Amino acid sequence: MQQPAIEVRNLRKSFRKRAGFRKKSELLAVNDVSFHVMPGETYGLLGPNGSGKSSLIRILSTLLIADSGYVRLLDFTLPEQAEEVRRIIGRVSVDAAFYKKLSARENLLYTALLYGQKAREAEKRVMRILDQLGMEDAKFSTPLEEMSRGMQQKISIARALMINPPLLLLDEPTTGLDPRSRRDVQSFLEDLQSREGTTILLTTHDMAEAERLCARIGFLAHGKLVAEGTAAELIQRSGASTLDDAFIKLTGEELVEEDDVSTDYADCSV
Amino acid sequence: MEATLRQTWAFMFRGYHITRRYIGWVIVFNFYALVTSATVALIGVAQGNYQLTLTLIVGALLWNYLSRLYEEISMSIAYERWEGTLEYTFMAPISRAVHLLGVSLFSLLNSIVSSVIVLVGLLLFTNLHLHGANLFGVLVVLAVSTVAFVGLGLFAAVFPVMSAERGAEATHIFQGSLLLVSGVYYSIETLPRWLQPLSVFSPATYTLSACRKLFGVGNPDSTAEHLAGAPLSAVSHELLVLALMGAILLPLGLLVFMRVEAWAKRKGKLKRTG
Repeated sequence: MQQPAIEVRNLRKSFRKRAGFRKKSELLAVNDVSFHVMPGETYGLLGPNGSGKSSLIRILSTLLIADSGYVRLLDFTLPEQAEEVRRIIGRVSVDAAFYKKLSARENLLYTALLYGQKAREAEKRVMRILDQLGMEDAKFSTPLEEMSRGMQQKISIARALMINPPLLLLDEPTTGLDPRSRRDVQSFLEDLQSREGTTILLTTHDMAEAERLCARIGFLAHGKLVAEGTAAELIQRSGASTLDDAFIKLTGEELVEEDDVSTDYADCSV
Repeated sequence: MEATLRQTWAFMFRGYHITRRYIGWVIVFNFYALVTSATVALIGVAQGNYQLTLTLIVGALLWNYLSRLYEEISMSIAYERWEGTLEYTFMAPISRAVHLLGVSLFSLLNSIVSSVIVLVGLLLFTNLHLHGANLFGVLVVLAVSTVAFVGLGLFAAVFPVMSAERGAEATHIFQGSLLLVSGVYYSIETLPRWLQPLSVFSPATYTLSACRKLFGVGNPDSTAEHLAGAPLSAVSHELLVLALMGAILLPLGLLVFMRVEAWAKRKGKLKRTG
């Protein structure tokens, strides 16, 4: 039997927050979450703000260490083999984190060097990816701060793919994009998945996007994975007519496009 | 090995392009450093006291170099938070030693360029001549003290990792304390007696003491026309202490940074913004 590309078992992560002088409260951002993603599969995590999506992605990205549980990405476990994991993952976060004054070319070449790659080869690969994403060559030398959010996000995807990662972690990659950019990114991800067989873990607020891209979907609420299956299975199980309704029925919550509250807690933790 | 060299080069590449894009601010900061140093040196000129002028010039020049080096390294994490790139740097498959080596090399280059600008400015503002100064000895002392200051910078760089809000402030408090106790513009004896013991722990104390001897400061044979710089052997004690400090501070700074990084990952402090 084939081994999952991503395996998460009984994962827990809590943050402490000051609640007045000497008092601290605790938020369980990820509460006993277990799931797996098969090689070449696109798995979607859906949840409202504060459901623990970003904390989960940050744990898999080696930026956060879980309190307990088991995490394996391909042949490597976390947190023990964090350096090996960093070689096999590409990540796109909700905001395109770049040096805004630098051009797309400078930002991407910096990343290529940071990953120990030859700049010239990386540049060729990036140009091909940007072409597939529908971006003009002329924009390559424009400072990022002069680009639209959609273009910045395309550069961010190019950066994640430049290292040719077998695993792609996408944390709300299309949030805030205009419909055309959103469609470009979604088409590109579909194409990438079928062409390269890249394993993708995607968090999103967009039900249509989840239905279109994800083979299986997990619903997160208050840090817990409350339901999991294909879109059709989730709709059938809840007795709803749409995935949106299924989400509300199974989690008792509605999706709101805001940042994950767990990161705010991280800010307050001591 | 080739990949490691490319990773080290990445920080030089990034630093060069950021400097190029922020050239206006780079000019402003260097102008400010030059004017501040010249203002301090002119106090000695106004007194008509060449020894005092030289004391102040050496202090201003060395403090400009050491503080710039310390600041660039210690603030490197804070800069990444402000740019929003912190998570991506920490997600890259690069050892922390190579990461911090790359940051330190660019900081070193930056400090050297800034110090040369300040030195040229000081030569224009005062009647300073360097004839007779042991410049080779000064370079040796600076090279040895650079290691210790890189170590101090690594120590201070953990503050912005620990706290997005207060970290940058803490690095500046630490920097200000070094300025106070290291005898940059006055002798250590000028400090209140209770504060003087702290100067022993600052590498800047030994750097300044050694460089002043090598420039000929305090030597009655030094004149405006010809400085009586001491030979390198005269500062062997300072060199030994600096080498020892570097040998302890550099690996210890790296170790502390890595420990704090692991702590920050458990507490969720490695956020892109702050």
